[in-house]
Amino acid sequence: MAEIHVMREDLLPPKEPPRRHLISIGDLERADVERLLGTARSFERSLERELKKLPTLRGKTVVNVFYESSTRTSSSFELAAKRLSADTMSIKSTGSSVDKGESLKDTALTLGAYDPDVIVIRHPQIGAPQLVARYTGAHIVNAGDGKHQHPTQALLDLYTISEELGRIDGLHVAIVGDVLHSRVARSNIQALALMGARVTLVGPPPLIPRGIEAMGCEVSYEIDAIKAADVVYVLRMQRERMAEGANYVPSLREYTARWGVTPERLRPGQKVMHPGPMNRGVEIDPVVADAADALIERQVRSGLVVRMAVLYDLLTHGPVGVQAAALHEIGAA
Amino acid sequence: MLFGRQGNDDLVVRGARVIDPAEGVDAVLDVRVDGGAIAQLGTNLETNAHRVVDGEGLVLTPAFVDPHVHLRTPGREDEETIATGTAAAAAGGYCAILAMPNTEPVVDSAAVLGSLAETAQAEAEVPVGFLAAITRNQDGAELTEMAELADAGAAGFTDDGRPVVAPGLMRRALQYSAVTGRRLALHCEEPTLSKSGQMHEGAVSAELGFAGYPSVAESLMVERDLALAAYERQPVHLMHLSARESVEALSRAQVAGMAATGEVTPHHLCLTDEAVRSLDSNVKMNPPLRAEGDRQALVAGLRDGTIAAVATDHAPHARHEKEVPFEAAPFGVTGLETAFSALYTHLVEPGLLKLETLLERMSAGPARAYGLDPPRIAVGAPANLVLLDLQASRRVSESDFRSRSANSWLLGETVKGQVRLTIAAGRVAFEG
Repeated sequence: MAEIHVMREDLLPPKEPPRRHLISIGDLERADVERLLGTARSFERSLERELKKLPTLRGKTVVNVFYESSTRTSSSFELAAKRLSADTMSIKSTGSSVDKGESLKDTALTLGAYDPDVIVIRHPQIGAPQLVARYTGAHIVNAGDGKHQHPTQALLDLYTISEELGRIDGLHVAIVGDVLHSRVARSNIQALALMGARVTLVGPPPLIPRGIEAMGCEVSYEIDAIKAADVVYVLRMQRERMAEGANYVPSLREYTARWGVTPERLRPGQKVMHPGPMNRGVEIDPVVADAADALIERQVRSGLVVRMAVLYDLLTHGPVGVQAAALHEIGAA
Repeated sequence: MLFGRQGNDDLVVRGARVIDPAEGVDAVLDVRVDGGAIAQLGTNLETNAHRVVDGEGLVLTPAFVDPHVHLRTPGREDEETIATGTAAAAAGGYCAILAMPNTEPVVDSAAVLGSLAETAQAEAEVPVGFLAAITRNQDGAELTEMAELADAGAAGFTDDGRPVVAPGLMRRALQYSAVTGRRLALHCEEPTLSKSGQMHEGAVSAELGFAGYPSVAESLMVERDLALAAYERQPVHLMHLSARESVEALSRAQVAGMAATGEVTPHHLCLTDEAVRSLDSNVKMNPPLRAEGDRQALVAGLRDGTIAAVATDHAPHARHEKEVPFEAAPFGVTGLETAFSALYTHLVEPGLLKLETLLERMSAGPARAYGLDPPRIAVGAPANLVLLDLQASRRVSESDFRSRSANSWLLGETVKGQVRLTIAAGRVAFEG
C-alpha cells in the first residue's frame, strides 16, 4: 500500500483565487491568450457535432448589458452562453431604468443582487467595466468601453489569423483607418504585439493618436505601407464619433480616395479583415470585402467560439496559477 | 481683503524649531503670543500664565496661504461650505485662503460678495479672501463692475474654471483692472484645443483612448495672456500651471521684467498622466496631470522661484458625481488637508525640494502674489503660525476629512508630516 504524504499546505483551506475578469488585453499574458485560443479550437470542433449544445456551464447565469447598439457582439455573446447551457439575460439601455437616469453604480448593484456569474458589458465610457467590477461579485467581460478596449474582438481576430495563416508570431499586420476612435485598434495593437506580430498603423495624421508608437507599433500616413503586410486590417470610419466640424479629414470622399482599401492597393495573397459593420465604398472597396482573401465572415464565426472560450475560462478558473486577468484594483475603495 | 474672525489668544509654544525663511530665522526658540500677536521670541520665555504648547521636536513656521480654493458656496453647499472649507484649511495648516468665484450664482456683483464676506466674518475658521469674476456670469462677454467689487473687498479677479477666450476682452479686462489695484488671475486654456479632452494628450491617452487635452492648449494661452499683459503693463497671476512650456514662458516674462506670478498644485507636482491608468476619477482635474518632463519642470520652477506659490485648487465634488466612469466625472480634487504632507512626502523627503523653500512657497509666496501681508514670525506681527510634526505619518482616510467632500487623490496613501496646531489671525483654529 502506498504511503500517504500529507503536505502542510493541504491541511489549510484552499485559497479563493482572485476573481478574474476580461477587461483589457493589457491584463493578459501570452500563455493566457494561447490557452484561450486552444479552448476556442476545441469548442469549434464540438460545434461540428449534430448536438451543438454543451452542458459545461449549466446553472450559471450570464447577464449581457449593452449601453450601445450592437448586433454581432451581443448576439455572439448570447449564443456563446447558450451553447454552453448557461442561463442568459440581456439588458439594453433603452427601455430600462438607465433611461430613467439610473447611475451605472446603481445598475451594477441591482444586477449584482441577482448573483450573476458573469456580466458582459458594453458602455460608451472608458472604465465602465472596472466600475461594475467594483460593485458586483460577478466576473466581468468587457464587450467594448468607449474608445478604450474590446478584448474579445482582438481575441477573435487572433484566432482567425492563427487558423487561417497558421501562426501569428512574425506576421506583419497593417491596421488602416480611424485609429483615434477605435477600441478595436487599441486591443488589437496590444494583442498582436503580445503574440509577436509586427503592427503598422496607416491613416490620416489627425486620426492616428499622438504617442501611440509607445504601444509597440509603427505609424505611416501613406496607404502604400499596407503592401508590405501579411494582413490588412481595415477599421470602420466611425462616422457616429465624428463630431461635426471636428475636421479630422476634409471629407469622406477624400478619405476614400487617399486611404480606402481597394484591389489596386493590395497585392495577391494578402488577407483582409474588418471588425464590422462595414461602410462599403468608404474604408473598404466592395470588391475587396467580397474577395476570397477577405476573412470578414470567418471573423464572425470565430467570435462565437472565442466568446465561448472566454466564458468557460473565467468560470472554470482556468489552470491553477494563472491570475493575469485579475482586476487591478482601481483607486482606493 | 480677508474676511474672518480676529483672535486674541494667549499662548506660548516652547522649544520648537522656528523657521521663517523670509525673516532669516531657523533656531530652536520659544514663541509667546499675547492677545493674538507675536510678543516675544527667545529661550526660556516667561509664560505669563499663558497656555503652553510643547513644541519640542516640532517645526513652527508661518502658517500657509492657499491662493486657490473652491468653497462651492453659494450653490453647492452639499459639497462645501465656508465653515467646512475653512475648517479643512485650518487642519491643513492654512491661516488664509482665497476662494474662487465660479459658484452658483457667480461672484460677479457686490451683493453676492457682500453676503459671502458676512458669512465668513461669522463662520470662517480661517480668514477668507474672495475673488470676483472678470466677466458677468463668467460668460466671457461683458466685464463685471470691477471697481465696485474691489471696493467691496474682492481680493482679485478671475474667471477660473474657464479662460477669457476673446483676446479683445482680455485686453479690456487688463486695462480696466488697473483702476482696482487688484490683479487678474488667469486660467489659461485654449478651448478649441482642449475641447472634450479628458486627460493629458500623450502615450497614455493614446493607449487608453481618452480624448487628449494637449499641453499646448495651456501654454498657447499663457503666451497670449503674457503678451497682452506685457503690452498693457499690468501684473497677472497664472493659475494652476501644468506644462513645461508654460513655466518657460512665465520665466521669460519675468526675466523681461514683467510682474507675472504663477502657482502650481500639489497633484501636478507629485503625479503624472501615468496615474490615469487607474481610471480613478480622483485623478481627473483641469488642467490634467501631465508628463514626467512637465512635472519636473514644475518642481524646478517652484524651486527656483519662477513659480511663487503652491495652490491646492481644492475642488470638492459630491461622492455620487465622482463614482461614475472617468469621462462622466467632473474635474477636480480636494487638497487643503493634504497639501503639506503630500509635498513633504513626495518632494522634501526624497531631497527634491528644501523644506524652507516649500514653506516659503506655501506662505509668503502666495501672499505676495496677491498683495497680502505675508504671515511672518516677528515681534508685533499677528500670530499666523503652524506647528508641524515632520516625523508623524498617517494613512489618508476619508473619515479624517473636515471637508464635506472626500475626492482626494491621496486616499489610502501613507504620508509624512502632520499639522499639530494652526493659529490663524491670532486664534487657535486647529489642534490635532
